[in-house]
Amino acid sequence: MRPDAPRGTAAMGASQTRNEHKYHDLADKSGFSLEQIENLYKRFQQLSDNEETISREQLDSIPSLANNPIKKQIVEAFFDKRNQHHNEVGSCGEIGFEQFLMVMSHFRPPSLKTTEEEKETMRKVKLRFLFNMHDTDNDGIITLVEYRKVVEELLSKSGNIEQEAAKAIADAAMLEVASTNVPHMAPDDFYEGITFEHFEQILKGLEMESRMHIRFLDVDTPTLRCGKSTS
Amino acid sequence: MAELRLARRSSFLPPTGLMCVLLLVFVSVAAASRDGVSENNETGRDPAGDTRGGSHNQPNSTAHKKAFPVLSFNYEHVRTPFEISLWILLALLMKLGFHIIPSVQNIVPESCLLIGVGLLVGGIIKAIGEEAPVLNTKLFFLYLLPPIILDAGYFLPIRPFTENMGTILVFAVVGTLWNAFFIGGMMYAVCQIEGAQLGRVDLLSCLLFGTIVSAVDPVAVLAVFEEIHINELLHILVFGESLLNDAVTVVLYHLFEEFTHAGTVTVVDAVLGVVCFFVVSLGGILVGAIYGILGAFTSRFTSHTRVIEPLFVFLYSYMAYLSAEVFHLSGIMSLIACGVVMRPYVEANISHKSYTTIKYFLKMWSSVSETLIFIFLGVSTVAGPHAWNWTFVIVTVVLCLVSRVLGVIGLTYIINKFRIVKLTKKDQFIVAYGGLRGAIAFSLGFLLTNNEMKNLFLTAIITVIFFTVIVQGMTIRPLVELLAVKKKKESKGSINEEIHTQFLDHLLTGIEDVCGHYGHHHWKDKLNRFNKAYVKKWLIAGERSTEPQLISFYNKMEMKQAMMLVESGSAAKLPTIMSSVSMQNIQPREPAKRRAIPSISKSREQEIRKILRGNLQKTRQRLRSYSRHDLMIDPFEDNVSEVRFRRQRVEMERRMSHYLTVPANRQETPPVRKVCFEPEHKVYTYDDSKSPRSRTAEPDPSPPDAVSLLNESSQRANQSSEHRAKRNDELRAKVSDEKEEQDQLKLSRCLSDPGPNNEEDLS
Repeated sequence: MRPDAPRGTAAMGASQTRNEHKYHDLADKSGFSLEQIENLYKRFQQLSDNEETISREQLDSIPSLANNPIKKQIVEAFFDKRNQHHNEVGSCGEIGFEQFLMVMSHFRPPSLKTTEEEKETMRKVKLRFLFNMHDTDNDGIITLVEYRKVVEELLSKSGNIEQEAAKAIADAAMLEVASTNVPHMAPDDFYEGITFEHFEQILKGLEMESRMHIRFLDVDTPTLRCGKSTS
Repeated sequence: MAELRLARRSSFLPPTGLMCVLLLVFVSVAAASRDGVSENNETGRDPAGDTRGGSHNQPNSTAHKKAFPVLSFNYEHVRTPFEISLWILLALLMKLGFHIIPSVQNIVPESCLLIGVGLLVGGIIKAIGEEAPVLNTKLFFLYLLPPIILDAGYFLPIRPFTENMGTILVFAVVGTLWNAFFIGGMMYAVCQIEGAQLGRVDLLSCLLFGTIVSAVDPVAVLAVFEEIHINELLHILVFGESLLNDAVTVVLYHLFEEFTHAGTVTVVDAVLGVVCFFVVSLGGILVGAIYGILGAFTSRFTSHTRVIEPLFVFLYSYMAYLSAEVFHLSGIMSLIACGVVMRPYVEANISHKSYTTIKYFLKMWSSVSETLIFIFLGVSTVAGPHAWNWTFVIVTVVLCLVSRVLGVIGLTYIINKFRIVKLTKKDQFIVAYGGLRGAIAFSLGFLLTNNEMKNLFLTAIITVIFFTVIVQGMTIRPLVELLAVKKKKESKGSINEEIHTQFLDHLLTGIEDVCGHYGHHHWKDKLNRFNKAYVKKWLIAGERSTEPQLISFYNKMEMKQAMMLVESGSAAKLPTIMSSVSMQNIQPREPAKRRAIPSISKSREQEIRKILRGNLQKTRQRLRSYSRHDLMIDPFEDNVSEVRFRRQRVEMERRMSHYLTVPANRQETPPVRKVCFEPEHKVYTYDDSKSPRSRTAEPDPSPPDAVSLLNESSQRANQSSEHRAKRNDELRAKVSDEKEEQDQLKLSRCLSDPGPNNEEDLS
């Protein structure tokens, strides 16, 4: 953990101690350092127009996200209650800072001191996040239809791709999952979909805990661009 | 049977080796006698003689007419190519020999064995009293080194390389600088000690020596690391460092060499040196990139002359190297840049055969080069003039080790502050231990101007090279096992991993955007988009330019699996995909309304199903795998089915164009390779009414769409009919084939009659 060094606290005025307390709380829950939480809070305020909550439209209107083929899924992931780890399902209409942080905490990198066990847990959590992004109807499995949607979205910004290509790829991928996890199926058996265990199995090689992260350390006010349009 | 063959081959080995050595001796003797012979020829040339010089043609008077020489001996004519070929042949035979004796290979890396052979040969040549060929610098830098570097650069794994670029650069630049100055400085200090008789060695020479000996050598690293299969991160760190330190080495070398003549160094010179470094490295990369783009652009137009495609790749790369060397820029970096820039575009343009050719030629040349380098190293060791000085040599070796370890530890400490995936102590050890020196150091040393110190330096350099390659090379494998360092994971291309890699890329870019911070992923994304929008259009031919990466990956995989299947099919082996999962296992059960085939009555359906099931059973007994990728047969086994195949395929191709096939290959790949894209089509003989359908609106090809139990069964029937053909049960096969074919055709005709409308509904 980085040493406590909250910056710019003078600007916060009287609510400083209250904020600090809140931050400590959040730091414990999400695993971020106080400095990182400060930076993220600033960003949150930018996105939310200095209000308490962010709505889907506000996230949608980030200009640089416009080119992202999976923009919808990303935005949706913020509002997905499953990612809050409260064992709730469904989605919220708006999210507060704490929920924002919780989602962001999925992208923390492991540190030199993270033990193997912690890395395992981290990997599971991150894989679960990905799984939730694919499993839109929250039945615990990724069906072929859902997987096809994923591939279609991935290819959506790459020019006019025929539906068939996406379908073929998704089918092949599904087949691969089925073959590796349930190698011997009778011709009449039906493979329902990818369960979380199968999902873990198939992505074992990617070492999610090291790949799925962004650098939060570099986020500080001067470099924060206002990602929102002014309209 | 195999053992017998092996035994025979190993007993064959000693005679072969002996023969090689004898041949070599013969060549040297012939070379010696050449001098004697040419003199004779010079003195008495027969003016009217139509005979060419030979050792037994005595230049006599023209008095008597010589008999027409039925057999004459003229070695001079072919001397150079003969000797070169003989050397290469010898090297390769040695290499062959090592692989036949498996036990040796596990203990001693190949490079050591080859050096040993070189020593042996050098010893023999010296014993005869001949002058051995030395590792000529020009030979090395212009002919032996480029293939190895090109092979490495062309197949450089880009993702790990760019992800670790910062680390690699720090090791390459700062690490090499540290090594050079530390070794040079300490050597100078040691030389000042009285009693070492090294007083003549001045500071600049020491620094020069330090430069030469400090560079990690890509050839040696490749040779050793290839055998230990270490994990990708470590491999790319050490290997990347060995490639990128060339710029530093080149600059420092020229710098110190100039200064050694000049005698003094000023601050201006030092600054110029730094500037020179940037010019050399960036210039080299620029030259390489330019040639790379030229190569990519050329490959866009080669669709009609496939045969010379590989040559373009080789020649452009070689030109990049030579052009960089003209300006004393870093040739290695130029070559790497050329390969890296060229590859994605060239691979999208060239045919599959050309790709295979390029791959094999590069591997072949680099293999030969590496072998020759190590053998020559051995020979040169025996041959070269040596000036052995215990102090100097021992101190050099020790200093190399010490400086490497210190450098790695120090740099890692700094680097880990910036890395996400930190380098552990184990990693550091391997990186330090893997810093092998090799032939580049030797050649640079050889390049030094002749003075008394050159021999001293050369001896020390050779000792260091031997030490690192032999001692470190031999012990690194057991150490890797002992430390339980992570090995390279064997990953066969997985479409799921590819999908998720891309998904992750986009996800992380998106999250970065939400965070408002323009990081790593953001810029990578921008570069990709720029690439797609502008560069690809120029450099890739045809529609491939708009093909997204996922689809090309998918195509490649399909191609690979199809070929694998074909190869295993023709060898009559069962395919390795022993999974009985097939398409219908994952297809959701479509609601009954889709089964809109009115014209087949229930009883007929039953009949057909019975036939198909019957065949299905028989097939499954033989081939338990059943996936969609698990395609068909080798039609070559049965001419009849092949002809039928071809006819059907031609028909298909005439009527539909399948976008999932790799376009340019269509004309050339043999029929069986196309199979994997077509099986679903086989079932449907579409009417002409369907053909005017545009490419983009192609909804039918995959049977899962036109879902009905019958369709899937008929697909299976098709497969089973082909499987049948494979059996040598010709008559029965043909008869039932015919029957099946008819059933099938009937089926498909039935299916296709209401086809167009149904298809439209379904899609």
